[in-house]
Amino acid sequence: MTPVTKETFESEVLKAEKPVLVDFNAGWCGPCKAMKPILEEFEASTPDVKFVSVDIDDQDELAEDWDVASIPCLVLFKGGAEAKRSVGLVSRDAISELVGA
Amino acid sequence: MHDIVVIGGGPAGLTAAIYARRAARSVLVLEAKTCGGQILNTPDIENYPVEAHVSGFDFGARVEAQARGLGAEIAFEKAVGLRRDGADWVVETAKGGEHRARAVILATGSENRKLGLPDEERLVGRGVSYCATCDGNFYRNKVVAVVGGGNTALEDALYLADLAEKVYLVHRRDGFRGEETNVARLKARPNVEFVLNATVRRLVAEKRLQAIEVEDVRDGSVRTLELKGLFVAVGRIPENQNFASVVELDASGYVVAGEDCHTRAPGVFVAGDNRVKPLRQLVTATADGAMAATEAVKYVNGLLDRGT
Ligand SMILES: Cc1cc2nc3c(=O)[nH]c(=O)nc-3n(C[C@H](O)[C@H](O)[C@H](O)COP(=O)(O)OP(=O)(O)OC[C@H]3O[C@@H](n4cnc5c(N)ncnc54)[C@H](O)[C@@H]3O)c2cc1C
Repeated sequence: MTPVTKETFESEVLKAEKPVLVDFNAGWCGPCKAMKPILEEFEASTPDVKFVSVDIDDQDELAEDWDVASIPCLVLFKGGAEAKRSVGLVSRDAISELVGA
Repeated sequence: MHDIVVIGGGPAGLTAAIYARRAARSVLVLEAKTCGGQILNTPDIENYPVEAHVSGFDFGARVEAQARGLGAEIAFEKAVGLRRDGADWVVETAKGGEHRARAVILATGSENRKLGLPDEERLVGRGVSYCATCDGNFYRNKVVAVVGGGNTALEDALYLADLAEKVYLVHRRDGFRGEETNVARLKARPNVEFVLNATVRRLVAEKRLQAIEVEDVRDGSVRTLELKGLFVAVGRIPENQNFASVVELDASGYVVAGEDCHTRAPGVFVAGDNRVKPLRQLVTATADGAMAATEAVKYVNGLLDRGT
């Protein structure tokens, strides 16, 4: 999962051709770490969706811009806009629904 | 068919799997989300014997690896029902699957209790939170409220008082169930305001939470508190409803069982935070896991000896 920053968010996420799942996370967040390997599995099995991650400690402006006030937070972007979102530790089925896998 | 199906891959369920595998019984653990359970939420555990500091994530990952290393199978499925079939138990899963077992251990832990207000769920992550240590940082220099009267609420308010511009502590009674020392510490904080004898009656929000309306329980008067964050600390609830036809639940929904972890149904055991008990911590959850597995193994061995 490519890390994205304030500088690369537009090109990597908003202007991407494919839908993009953004994983807002932080190093101190246990549930985020628990979900990471699962997201990586989905990344490998869902080529139609691009997976990126945002470390909210480094990228607090991005978190603020996208109204992220609790992590883990997964936001699916389509055509430059937010399409779906999930907050908190979620099941594989919920992730699968989010990315349409 | 497994000897033992454990429902829930938190500390209690994974410890049960360790004990059952060491007794050479086959074990399947069903976990709805990810292994580890509630403890994933804490960055630092300081009261579990042997290590002075360990993160909840590491704790969960290490117990999971230990259970797998001993040969426990883990499947990521949510159990939604339990029924008897002859001498076996059948666990039904959310996707319509079934797992057959000689014995079952219920280790489903607990979930945050919600306030039950309209829009509450939609606002999680947009102003509503159930974990101050997880989400507090998003509210640096902002106005927040904590609702609740137990130690969790008091500790959350203290934690937030260091970060936030102002903390309202909303509680429906006059006095607190939590420790007096915490109350005293909060009283000494200039940026903490007690809003007592009050309940939250409405969340005011458009896209994000903007304010809450609190109602005085004595005279019904309503006050609006403008804020950015509401931290709900009104306790936890067990999720045992799916098994209520098989085991006995107390008024709060906890499975009724003594320290031997036997439920009223033969072959069904309970372990961890979802059992009736006075202290819900890792060390008591893992103790239950050991006990429930030991009793389940005895039960299964009894069946096998009788040739069923
Ligand atoms: C923020 C926080 C900090 C804490 N800090 C400490 C601490 O420092 N020290 C300490 O000792 N304790 C601490 N605790 C308490 C401790 O985490 C719990 O006592 C312990 O996790 C209970 O373990 P459990 O296995 O019974 O339940 P849980 O940890 O709740 O695990 C239950 C598991 O079952 C799964 N599950 C539920 N229903 C189903 C179903 N129907 N099908 C399949 N799977 C299901 C859940 O997804 C979960 O993974 C803390 C708790 C919290 C919330």
